[in-house]
Amino acid sequence: MTAPREALRRANASLTAKLGLMTLGSFAFGFALVPLYDVLCAVTGFGDQKALARAAEVAPQVADESRTVTVEFVAELPNVGSWEFRPVLTSMQVHPGKLYETEFVAKNLTGHDTIAQAVPSIAPGNVAGYFHKTECFCFTPQKFLKDEERVLPVRFIVDRALPKHLDRITLAYTFYDQSIRVGQR
Amino acid sequence: MIRTMQRSGAALLLSVVALLAAPAHADSGWGLLNMPVGVTELSKKIYGLHMMIFWWCVAIGVFVFGWMIWAIVAFRKSRGAVADTAMVHSTKAEIIWTLIPVAILVVMTVPAARVLIDIEDARNTELTVKVTGYQWKWQYEYLGTGVGYYSTLGRESNAARELQSGIDPRTVPNYLLDVDQPLVVPAGTKVRLLITAQDVIHAWWVPDFGMKKDAIPGYVNEMWIKVDTDKTGRYRGQCAELCGRDHGFMPIVVDVMSKPDFEDWLTARKAAVKQAAATTAATPSIS
Amino acid sequence: MATHAHAAAHDDHDHKPHGWRRWVFSTNHKDIGTMYLVFACTMFFVGGSMALVIRAELFQPGLQFVDPQFFNSMTAMHALVMIFGAIMPAWVGLANWLIPMQIGAPDMALPRLNNLSFWILPFAFVILLGTLFVPGGAPAGGWTMYPPLALQSGDSFPMMIFAVHLMGISSVLGAINVVVTVMNMRAPGMNLLKMPLFVWTWLITAYLLVAVMPVLAGAVTMLLTDHFFGTSFFAASGGGDPVMFQHIFWFFGHPEVYIMILPAFGVVSEIIPTFSRKPLFGYESMVYATAAIGFLSFIVWAHHMFTVGMPLAGQLFFMLATMLISVPTGVKVFNWCATMTKGSLSFEPPMLFALAFLFLFTIGGFSGLMLAIVPADFQYQDTYFVVAHFHYVLVPGSLFAIIGAVYYWLPKWVGRMYDQKLATWHFWLSAIFVNVLFFPQHFLGLAGMPRRIPDYATQFADWNMVSSIGAFGFGFSQLLLPYIILKCVRSGAKASDRVWDGAHGLEWELPSPAPFHSWETPPSAAVIARGAEH
Ligand code: HEM
Ligand SMILES: [Cu+2]
Ligand SMILES: [Cu+2]
Repeated sequence: MTAPREALRRANASLTAKLGLMTLGSFAFGFALVPLYDVLCAVTGFGDQKALARAAEVAPQVADESRTVTVEFVAELPNVGSWEFRPVLTSMQVHPGKLYETEFVAKNLTGHDTIAQAVPSIAPGNVAGYFHKTECFCFTPQKFLKDEERVLPVRFIVDRALPKHLDRITLAYTFYDQSIRVGQR
Repeated sequence: MIRTMQRSGAALLLSVVALLAAPAHADSGWGLLNMPVGVTELSKKIYGLHMMIFWWCVAIGVFVFGWMIWAIVAFRKSRGAVADTAMVHSTKAEIIWTLIPVAILVVMTVPAARVLIDIEDARNTELTVKVTGYQWKWQYEYLGTGVGYYSTLGRESNAARELQSGIDPRTVPNYLLDVDQPLVVPAGTKVRLLITAQDVIHAWWVPDFGMKKDAIPGYVNEMWIKVDTDKTGRYRGQCAELCGRDHGFMPIVVDVMSKPDFEDWLTARKAAVKQAAATTAATPSIS
Repeated sequence: MATHAHAAAHDDHDHKPHGWRRWVFSTNHKDIGTMYLVFACTMFFVGGSMALVIRAELFQPGLQFVDPQFFNSMTAMHALVMIFGAIMPAWVGLANWLIPMQIGAPDMALPRLNNLSFWILPFAFVILLGTLFVPGGAPAGGWTMYPPLALQSGDSFPMMIFAVHLMGISSVLGAINVVVTVMNMRAPGMNLLKMPLFVWTWLITAYLLVAVMPVLAGAVTMLLTDHFFGTSFFAASGGGDPVMFQHIFWFFGHPEVYIMILPAFGVVSEIIPTFSRKPLFGYESMVYATAAIGFLSFIVWAHHMFTVGMPLAGQLFFMLATMLISVPTGVKVFNWCATMTKGSLSFEPPMLFALAFLFLFTIGGFSGLMLAIVPADFQYQDTYFVVAHFHYVLVPGSLFAIIGAVYYWLPKWVGRMYDQKLATWHFWLSAIFVNVLFFPQHFLGLAGMPRRIPDYATQFADWNMVSSIGAFGFGFSQLLLPYIILKCVRSGAKASDRVWDGAHGLEWELPSPAPFHSWETPPSAAVIARGAEH
């Protein structure tokens, strides 16, 4: 009787250990979903903020003069009052494949030197994969002196492969002061 | 025993109904049972899908509930039913009631996919309004015009909604669905809404326009509406994503105007903005 | 029960410890099962009281009783208490009581772990309910805890996260115990395809728990570090994404709803054959359907978040996957109908609850199917239509199955029969009021009433009033349940070993009340064969 009992005890211990490992694996998987999510965004190109916030390496394209797309620019501030932030142009007509440049203006009204980071977003979300930026102030945090006003350039190309059912793109930036975190006050 | 239980159950249901019939009001909402058809191109398609799937459910329901009721009525032990204990399995039946539902689902998916593709087609919009959710109000900005304003809960509603305010909500017109400044859009025009938020997630929803979309801080979502030309008027909705204490008190009101009326309205607003800018420039700033 | 135990003490071959030690140090599957069930019942009334606060406030338009912030706390806490405090512990309690008896084992495989997994729960809920008394109030950001809103909570925030961690640990330990018991402790000859469906559904549930509860733990841990340690998993300001939380949460959340319903499928698959006096129709397809539902539940999560903005392909995929879930669910419903067909039906209380399950769960399935249609969901999402849907699957679904299970097995547990007439009253009151309570919420949602609001426009007043009346009727009817159980324990008539003439399964081969240790010697092949006539 003791032999089977011992065998059962061992079988129980080993299955318990396996399930324990599975549990740890699931816990790790929860965290793995974070990079996986980025991968998914990158693969689908949907709302891929990481790509938007990175310099794109695009092969030079021949401009598609036959097609015109409207690009709108939107500036967002999470805390009203302590910054000024706006696009110089609210919209542009562009041809896919051609390089364009536009500017945003930011002014630090926080009353002290600070660092700010612009976070880009694009609508509709599936354009992210077709909107290439060769230069953007959102690639790195920006240092601002007290009351400093700066012109911030953006250079971009709308890919020629942009799906035909799209004729209007909105590029939005939210300008976060380093001391601000969304949702916390 | 079951009979008496059923009878007492029915009596109970009746008394509940009788109780309810008493406080029926003039502005009663007993008739509010279904989704509105709405006033936009998309809302009608969405309503159509809703009814299609509803009738499918009714059809399947007639079959399934019919079967249940038949089984319950026809095979009662009290009526002398004897169990056929050999009836335990039928591969044929099981394959049938797997495949037929699959077929029905495919039939349901096709029109749904078609409407989705229509929803995704945001070409040829003529006006862009940026909608920003705040705790607890909305901001509307007409892109490229300088016109923009906040839209908050109407004053009467706001007074009546205080805890134990003593004001009967029924005496407040459009209680909780009224704002100080509504969004204004032209009818017969494809209007693009860029939806975002400042603090937490909200959702912008007017049932008559057929859709809602989340307003997410740091992200911009897109949605378009095209109200039928003859459907000018006032439409109401609410924030549809829990956003904190006053989530229930940040309604959405949209004035749909004819195109010329809208142009006049926008011109007047632009002039007001210019005037305001001139005034602030003329007076030395206070701070 | 105490005097009963005492009287038996002298010639007690069960060797059960006495007094409080019996419970605190318990390693016995039946005692632990009882504690789980008592705990679940307590939490059911706590969560129910919160629901009544909600429905009292919504009885009329205007704010009569509570501040909106407290209202939001009530909706969040009601859901957390009901899901993690009532439904899930009730299922673990039933698993404890029944699985060893049903597979011919003396006890659960890991008795000490069993004790631990139960005793974590009271601590978790003291902490969770304690948030009601801290500055800033209880969590008010919904049971879904979406950031950034959830990050705005006050002192309750770390408490809630800690409580969620504890609940998660408790249910994972419970699940591990179930898997090990089912895999290793079956009596010789009780092979997998002879197991009762309750054991099968629980086995699959247990795997779901192991797979997804830790994911929830991960999600709330990230919330915690976002709040206190400067990470920005979910804050756009630091390159994070609040929508990612929703993906991770629902990767847990959708399987979670099946965790709450699969054991109910098991219970109904036991009750209906018994009172139809006929074996379950399509046993194997029931097992496969359960497995299919378990699998599919991992690939449909985004149907909870169609409105966040998703690529077209994503919307189509999640729509199709979600609709596919109704196929195995449908197979189950058809099999139950076929089980009743050509049976010999009688309508004792467990059967009544199982039949109500069959009807009303199906209604919840229909609304689920409607919600799966993405464009229509753009209207339904975050309205009372969703509230109606999930309450139809959870209340007359999971909860009715739990109550049915109690009425089915109670005589076996305590050796006494309960007052069936009173239980029938309990049934009719519950079945009627649950519909008065939840059916009008379909109308409210379709007519445009958002969920989670403390006050509403006057055109919603009528159906809200009906719903509130249903809520109070339903809530007070439930007081009958503990009364019936107590009366049964104290003074019920002696129950026979088989209890129900149509009952099959190993548990009915044991005497009533079931002995303290279930199958000290494994059942013989003949007994197993008799029990396994599903
Ligand atoms: C026929 C199968 C089912 C389908 C197709 C289905 C579909 C859905 C969908 C699409 C939603 C999201 C609605 C929205 O937020 O817009 C939903 C919500 C929900 N479902 Fe189901 N469902 C089914 C069965 C179940 C079952 C069996 C349960 C649990 C026992 C359940 C519990 C829930 C819950 C709790 C929610 C709401 C969660 C929340 O937002 O707080 N559903 N269902
Ligand atoms: Cu809100
Ligand atoms: Cu789900």
